[in-house]
Amino acid sequence: MTFHRIGMSWETSLSEAIITTLALTIAGFIISNTFKYYRPVSQNNWLVVGYVIILTLLTARLLLFTFKAINIDNVSYGEEYFRYMPLRGSFYLLMIAFMTLYYHSRNKLKDLGNIKRREMEADKLLREAELAGLRQQLQPHFLFNSLNSISALAGSRPEEARKMIQQLSDFLRGTVRKEPQQMVSLDEEFKHLQLYLEIEKVRFGHRLLARLHHDEPSEKMLIPSLLLQPIVENAVKFGLYDTTGEVIIDISAAEENGTLEVTVTNPFDPATARPNSGTGFGLTSVRRRLYLLFARHDLLTTNTIDHHFITIIKIPQTT
Amino acid sequence: MIKVVIIDDEPLARSLVAEYLASHTEFEIVKECNDGFEGVKAISEISPDLIFLDIQMPKLNGFEMLELLEPRPSVIFTTAFDEYAMKAFDSHAVDYLLKPFSKERFDKAIEKWLKQRTSSDTTTDPEFENMPQKHSEEQNRIAVRFGSKISIVPTQDVFYIEAYDDYVKIFTEKDYFLKKKTMSYYESTLSSNDFIRVHRSFIVNLKQITRVEPYEKNGHVVLLKNGKSIPLSRSGYSRLREILGI
Repeated sequence: MTFHRIGMSWETSLSEAIITTLALTIAGFIISNTFKYYRPVSQNNWLVVGYVIILTLLTARLLLFTFKAINIDNVSYGEEYFRYMPLRGSFYLLMIAFMTLYYHSRNKLKDLGNIKRREMEADKLLREAELAGLRQQLQPHFLFNSLNSISALAGSRPEEARKMIQQLSDFLRGTVRKEPQQMVSLDEEFKHLQLYLEIEKVRFGHRLLARLHHDEPSEKMLIPSLLLQPIVENAVKFGLYDTTGEVIIDISAAEENGTLEVTVTNPFDPATARPNSGTGFGLTSVRRRLYLLFARHDLLTTNTIDHHFITIIKIPQTT
Repeated sequence: MIKVVIIDDEPLARSLVAEYLASHTEFEIVKECNDGFEGVKAISEISPDLIFLDIQMPKLNGFEMLELLEPRPSVIFTTAFDEYAMKAFDSHAVDYLLKPFSKERFDKAIEKWLKQRTSSDTTTDPEFENMPQKHSEEQNRIAVRFGSKISIVPTQDVFYIEAYDDYVKIFTEKDYFLKKKTMSYYESTLSSNDFIRVHRSFIVNLKQITRVEPYEKNGHVVLLKNGKSIPLSRSGYSRLREILGI
């Protein structure tokens, strides 16, 4: 029974087939290891081609050597046999080229994946840092002026000094503890604002009146922690420094079609303050923070009515 | 008695100064003011020997208030802002107390003033000179006083500024105000995007210019929106051409 045309026995055919497969497996192993450590850049593609050719020649040479060594049928490896060498060689070349291509591109894709993942991680870190930076709002002047008030109270009214130290500590603790992406209930955010306003009232009680109000359904709604703080600080600052009379700051929250809506109103003088010139009211950072959290630009709006500056913030309730 | 006025918009901050001052019995607090307007009024009426002045105050800040006073009293600044120290130094302040300050630091400022008063010694404390400083920000408003009336002019409303002996005249659309400042002061503090020195005696607001016209031989003038025409010096003309890109 012959399966072949050059007169080899089936034992020879089988052993040659097994040896060939084995050799190609080893070649595959070498290739996979080579490309684990070597990433050719595109202008070095000829190196890869050379690599494939050399590996093919080596494989062919090695196989021929092995066949001769174990020569079962005692065939004379004559002219007849070598007539089939180009066919065998093409087969080796194809297999090796294919394996090279496979490992090479697989590793390249893996690299790309890694780069992408790293980029995404870097992006995330950057976003978190930016959020933290935007939220960072403890004004050193506020702290120093408050400490100065405490210093004044310590001499004449030590009990009040102690109370203010407590308020200031509670406020500071609330400011440093929170994560930039954390959502808190409106109730909690208002409590924090209340602390801040209490301290400002010690300093400016003769002029400053702040009113916080929210409706029933908005109490448990969520808001990014400390989002309102810079807005209220601005409202207080512009109220106090842009007018000379009594300053009323109104802060109210309400539920509007499932969205939390907070409105902050403060007096200002249109003749000297130019809120529309932008940075003056420092709302840019709040707007940016809302964008990073909700990917929307339309959540913060401002307008002026008579001598009042009104800031409206909408907080979508995602969960 | 040495007459003292305290100007600060925080009552507690004023009471602290008063408390610290109580041990210096030769000083008498004749007035406490809530803002710069009250400050200008009180200082003009009382002419105190020394004032304690906060910087950040409603409408008129401490520096703007000082600019309106002639002659100026001795000033000790009290503020939580350290970035104004250099500007305070420029305005010949006696000292600059950073809130919150201690009784010792306060006493040092008082001693310094007493010493300066007797020896008219104006050298500054090294500690004061080494304060962190921020370059004075661009000015976007000018405080002016007309008799007892104080107004604040946004710089965008200024048409031009003209040198006038030791003063400058600041022209708005219809009025002008006198300020005891130099042309170079305004040249350096006003935004160079909006204002340009077109002549030894003139600084013009670019936004108020309607056109540039030849005038007599080789000369040029600019016409402003309110119809005024301002002469251009040769170098002023070329600077203007450069900025307007003509």
